[in-house]
Amino acid sequence: MTDAKKPAPQASRASAKKELPEHFKSYKHVWVFVELERGQVHPVSWELLGEGRKLADKLEVDLCAVVMGAPDGGVALATRDSFEYGADVVYSVTDPLLSDYRNESFTKAMTDLVNSHQPEVLLLGATNLGRDLAGSVATTLRTGLTADSTELAIDDDRSLAATRPTFGGTLLCTIYTLNFRPQMATVRPRVMAMPERVPGRTGKVVPFKLALEETDIITKVLEFIPDAASEDAHLAYADIVVAGGLGLGSPANFRLVKELAEVLGAEYGGSRPLVQKGWITSDRQIGQTGKTIRPKLYIAAGISGAIQHRVGVEGADRILAINTDPNAPILEFAHHGIVGDATKILPALTKAFAERLAARRMAS
Amino acid sequence: MHIVVCIKQVPDSAQIRVHPVTNTIMRQGVPTIINPYDLVVLEEALRLRDQFGGKVTVLTMGPPMADESLRKALACGADAAVLLTDRFFAGSDTLATSFALSTAIKKIDAEEPVDIVFAGKQTIDGDTAQVGPGIAKRMGLNQLTYVSAIRSLDLGSRSIVVERRAEGGTQVLTTGLPCLITMLEGSNVLRRGSLPDMFRAARAEVTTWNAEQAGVEDITQCGLRGSPTVVKKVFAPKPRNEKAVLVETEGKSDAEIARAAIDALFTANPKLEAEIPELVLAS
Ligand SMILES: Cc1cc2nc3c(=O)[nH]c(=O)nc-3n(C[C@H](O)[C@H](O)[C@H](O)COP(=O)(O)OP(=O)(O)OC[C@H]3O[C@@H](n4cnc5c(N)ncnc54)[C@H](O)[C@@H]3O)c2cc1C
Ligand SMILES: Nc1ncnc2c1ncn2[C@@H]1O[C@H](COP(=O)(O)O)[C@@H](O)[C@H]1O
Repeated sequence: MTDAKKPAPQASRASAKKELPEHFKSYKHVWVFVELERGQVHPVSWELLGEGRKLADKLEVDLCAVVMGAPDGGVALATRDSFEYGADVVYSVTDPLLSDYRNESFTKAMTDLVNSHQPEVLLLGATNLGRDLAGSVATTLRTGLTADSTELAIDDDRSLAATRPTFGGTLLCTIYTLNFRPQMATVRPRVMAMPERVPGRTGKVVPFKLALEETDIITKVLEFIPDAASEDAHLAYADIVVAGGLGLGSPANFRLVKELAEVLGAEYGGSRPLVQKGWITSDRQIGQTGKTIRPKLYIAAGISGAIQHRVGVEGADRILAINTDPNAPILEFAHHGIVGDATKILPALTKAFAERLAARRMAS
Repeated sequence: MHIVVCIKQVPDSAQIRVHPVTNTIMRQGVPTIINPYDLVVLEEALRLRDQFGGKVTVLTMGPPMADESLRKALACGADAAVLLTDRFFAGSDTLATSFALSTAIKKIDAEEPVDIVFAGKQTIDGDTAQVGPGIAKRMGLNQLTYVSAIRSLDLGSRSIVVERRAEGGTQVLTTGLPCLITMLEGSNVLRRGSLPDMFRAARAEVTTWNAEQAGVEDITQCGLRGSPTVVKKVFAPKPRNEKAVLVETEGKSDAEIARAAIDALFTANPKLEAEIPELVLAS
């Protein structure tokens, strides 16, 4: 990412001219890396196929998915699903070395694949895995990468315009990779909408061989410790999220957030200062440097609604904010607001929701 | 053991404001800080040094005034500091930044072999999380990102075991030195500098290198020229003009307020009421 502060004027002089070198002109098609780990595809991959479909249609090229994994590692299922979510072609790399994610084997597979099949655009999810891989691939290929894009578009001259927040979310900037290919971008989970699935849709599978031996890889996976069910935060994909901020006053009061979440079958989270203070773990942070969420209902208690928090929650269908300050920024973008003390309103809400749900159960 | 920690001086973006009329950034008076994620790895480096002996060198690329952040790191206990500063570095994107930093680390390594390079998980201004992996790839270092804990380090066999955050769980990985590590927040808290360290930092020499002194041979890989990405447009996000509908609270009990809020929610979104019981059952 170019640091937005300096380059703009110089950039237009020095390098904003498009002079795509001859050897890059054969680069064609839009690719999406399908993130398959331990038999599961990360849903961000489908979101990217949805977005990639639009880009490919505009460019009038194929949308291709890259699926990598071990034999029996779910590659066949992920391939089928990739077609159903919009891919025309699936590049499939199956090798025991791809069973657990390791930077070496995945970077090798991806860079070899790019060099031999030459995509114009390559999209990856901005997950831990995707970011680990994207930086290595872009550096190996010596091409440009726009991290954490929030909007992708194709310009009249066929170049990819990737927009992302900058300066901690206060501004947006649009970035191009003019003279290098592929044009790479990562996108965070939940930033793009999930595409409609078309059951039975199929396409072409192109197998690709990984040219690597176990002895070439220094890093070894000793163990995988799955999260305990209780710790496993599915915040990004939760339908209802209840979150707390510094306005709760003390870590003990955070219990009120968890209690409401439990009654609603919701996930809980919080603002960044709570992570810094150790009230909640970092995978529960919502916002620019935490998770982007798109729930049907978001309840924010004692959160001011700073821009860095707001960018992570704007995709919510409904936002209810509880804040003592009628001028808190969160009331500028929440749909409903309660001006009041969250430590009193939260338990009242928990009780009222529980009663309402119980009444509903009785009625049905 | 020799550890290099890459730190970046960043504007405290919590305090950046956008001019309401011109849409430009009002940078005046915005204080700078060490990128908060870099403090996590700095502390980890200091702990490893305290345990195994050796030296921590902090490295930054930035304007001359970035030496301020190096001094802060020295005051916290770092042993040596290198500032990369040159107008040729201006306008670097991640690819050009990783080129400059890896070139300098190679030079540091030639003087005193480096075992571990630490980088922050991400910066708060660039916020790409790509410079670390870029350095690793350019230097051929084994890469360990999103590490939550270093389990063990064996200088004899030159191997390290770490816990790495993966989707749905933790990977326990082992690799060989030299390696590059980025770490999650919450892994530790930076110590306060001791009095002697603070005195030492005030007088300390910060090694300052321009591109040539850092060992850059191909200047076209630096700064704007070495950056494949181009920022074409910077703009302010569209403001929303919709405001929250406030629940009437005047003279109401908390229970009444809560019921009124729920009514408002379910009236606005009737489907929600039907869906919640299913969610409760599923959870
Ligand atoms: C680069 C960068 C990235 C960042 N990323 C994130 C991010 O991802 N996520 C994030 O959340 N923040 C992020 N931040 C921090 C962000 O700028 C804010 O500082 C933070 O969101 C504020 O947290 P808060 O709302 O909990 O606390 P505060 O801003 O202190 O707000 C507390 C609120 O609680 C209200 N309140 C007080 N008492 C009560 C009460 N009894 N009942 C109800 N309300 C009460 C107050 O009126 C106030 O509005 C980032 C900052 C930077 C610089
Ligand atoms: N100019 C720089 N000087 C030193 N280290 C840097 C610089 N830019 C990035 N880094 C390192 O790379 C990490 C990731 O940065 P970024 O890719 O910008 O999110 C930072 O946390 C730093 O450790």
